[in-house]
Amino acid sequence: MLLRSVDDSQINTVFPNTFEEYKKWDKEKDELPPEEVYRALFEELAYGDKIQVGRALTRMNYSKSGWKSLIKKTSRAIKKAVKKDELPDNYKDFLIEANEKWADPTYWYAMGQMVNNQTSIYYWNAIDRTFDQELNVVQQEEDRRVYVQTWLKTLKVSIYVTVFCLILGFPVAHLLANLPLRYSNLLMIFVLLPFWTSLLVRTTAWIVMLQQKGVINGVLVWLGILSDDGRIAMVYNETGTLIAMTQILLPFMILPLYSVMRVIPKSHMRAAQNLGAKPAMAFWRVYLPQTIPGMSAGGLLVFVLAIGYFITPELVGGKDGKLIGSWIAYHLKTTLNWGLTAALGAILLGFMLIFYWLYNKIVGIDNIKLG
Amino acid sequence: MNDSSQSFVKFEKIDKSYDGEVLVVKNLNLDIAKGEFVTMLGPSGSGKTTTLMMLAGFETPTNGEIFLDTKPISKIPPYEREIGMVFQNYALFPHMTVQENLAFPLEVRKISKSETQKKVQKALDMVELGNFGTRFPAQLSGGQQQRVALARALVFEPRLVLMDEPLGALDKNLREQMQYEIKHIHDRIGITVVYVTHDQSEALTMSNRIAVFNDGVVQQLSTPDILYEKPENSFVAKFIGENNTLNGVVKEINDSTCEVDLDNNHGTVKALKVNVSEVGEKTQLSIRPERVSIDSSNNSLNSFEGKIEELIYLGDHIRARLDVCGNNEFIVKVPNEGSFNHKEGDTLNLSWNSEDVRALDI
Repeated sequence: MLLRSVDDSQINTVFPNTFEEYKKWDKEKDELPPEEVYRALFEELAYGDKIQVGRALTRMNYSKSGWKSLIKKTSRAIKKAVKKDELPDNYKDFLIEANEKWADPTYWYAMGQMVNNQTSIYYWNAIDRTFDQELNVVQQEEDRRVYVQTWLKTLKVSIYVTVFCLILGFPVAHLLANLPLRYSNLLMIFVLLPFWTSLLVRTTAWIVMLQQKGVINGVLVWLGILSDDGRIAMVYNETGTLIAMTQILLPFMILPLYSVMRVIPKSHMRAAQNLGAKPAMAFWRVYLPQTIPGMSAGGLLVFVLAIGYFITPELVGGKDGKLIGSWIAYHLKTTLNWGLTAALGAILLGFMLIFYWLYNKIVGIDNIKLG
Repeated sequence: MNDSSQSFVKFEKIDKSYDGEVLVVKNLNLDIAKGEFVTMLGPSGSGKTTTLMMLAGFETPTNGEIFLDTKPISKIPPYEREIGMVFQNYALFPHMTVQENLAFPLEVRKISKSETQKKVQKALDMVELGNFGTRFPAQLSGGQQQRVALARALVFEPRLVLMDEPLGALDKNLREQMQYEIKHIHDRIGITVVYVTHDQSEALTMSNRIAVFNDGVVQQLSTPDILYEKPENSFVAKFIGENNTLNGVVKEINDSTCEVDLDNNHGTVKALKVNVSEVGEKTQLSIRPERVSIDSSNNSLNSFEGKIEELIYLGDHIRARLDVCGNNEFIVKVPNEGSFNHKEGDTLNLSWNSEDVRALDI
């Protein structure tokens, strides 16, 4: 799948000779490619496999829109000529006659992106960049820039979710580890029960809770805290994504923290106080450092899960709460642009590896403890 | 020593209950003098650790008051009591090096860096771990960890050091070695120590005085020799050292002695009157194994026959289990002088001095 992100061989198997001749074209000297290129294109369109050509067209359209109709119109003209057995004397003139776009060099420049078997275009696309005529990397037109801000939002949401999970999970894990068994078992059930509930159920439950006419808004209006037309928009935006993801990922923070806290002997806090440290100081200097393996295990787990999260942001995120996972799914299932899908996925993987590496540098991977 | 005006630590009428119903410590009165090494000895659940925790400030007494240096301390939080403590499993902080562990109590007292360093090194040298400062606790052996814990409890020069079964996790040889080391450190720096253990030999080795706990009550508080030789009740007699018992009924009391008819008409024993008050009372007689002599009939009153049930060779002495007056757990220690040539099943003549037999409660 990763190879997909750089693979450009499909189109090369359809137009091998065209590309071979294309490479000989001296763009400095001639405005348009030489006769041989037109001839090779003519032949390959005339005798090429229809399905393969269709696939190649899809690919060509990624680099410049308009390719599809151009080739379709041209190949109709070619097939007609072949059928009548009227092979042209000058292929260049024939093609330009069939469609005047063949005289437009921008189409030919766009073809240059596809000459090689490998391409980096998908990766550039994934960060809102594309090639210009001279194959330089440039920014996409403004209305087509979507990925960079989605990447940044994905990172931001993941970091927020991790921090919220830590803030909410730490006291819960502490209670779990220190309450008498009777109560801690009950609390553990409260932690695990949602964990075992279907993700979809939990996500839709949040929609019920958070929507404009939902439970929380309803209660706030009933209590008179909000006026009826002052209901807060808490879902179908980033806030909804943050709330729902935090709740759903919370157990992944609580459980590693709990397993670490459980084995910290209670005598440590006593010893610290006995040695003269006030309870806050004892917590800060003695207890907290010992929970670092749990915090980092939970943090890494939540972060890695959050950065690739899809269903919840898709359902409660609305337009501005969507994360990169939604785009990957969109290109995988709707546009079938698997090259871009693979590139987005590879960048996501790269991010995770970078964070893992950073984590290992700062905390040390040996410090991780899941139970 | 028991004069309350001089006592450094004073427990006054302390009751402690966790659930409001069962008292785990009952009406405890205990005075500890400055510089003393006092051990609280007792089986688990006897209230000794609870007592220690009340002194450290981790538990509050239900009734009564604890005084330290004549000041009541119930309202003082643990971190202001200036009491050092060695915990059962040392409670060394695993994320700090040995030096950092020792520096911790000095740091929180805002003592200057150079002073801290000096004191830490001095404390480490005291426990002979001068070169181990940069290691982490996990890199030390059990005995070394124990010494670090001891050094940490002493480094901030507390008024008092508490030790909660500090040697429990060590093997036998190391435990004995550490007993002497702790004792020597105590002798050298003269600090007051309150020590909790369930191991009687540990208590006998180290303590100036021992408080024997059972069922939340101090059964006897005394020096090791008196506890062993003059136990005041049958629990202390049984708990400290080895002890032979014979049950009977008091027949006659004369001043400090009494005569006791053994159950099932096994005869009459003359004993010291310790914990009996009237004729007709049931009593348990206590005799230490090493005070029983064999084949001598110097005392016609306390002379009995015993059948050998089992002989165990222990090198320096032979341990004989006998059946005496219906008690087949009667132990006699025969010094290995090469002249003992009896076999299991043989009958021995036993005798003892009446001062060595103590008539106790049952």
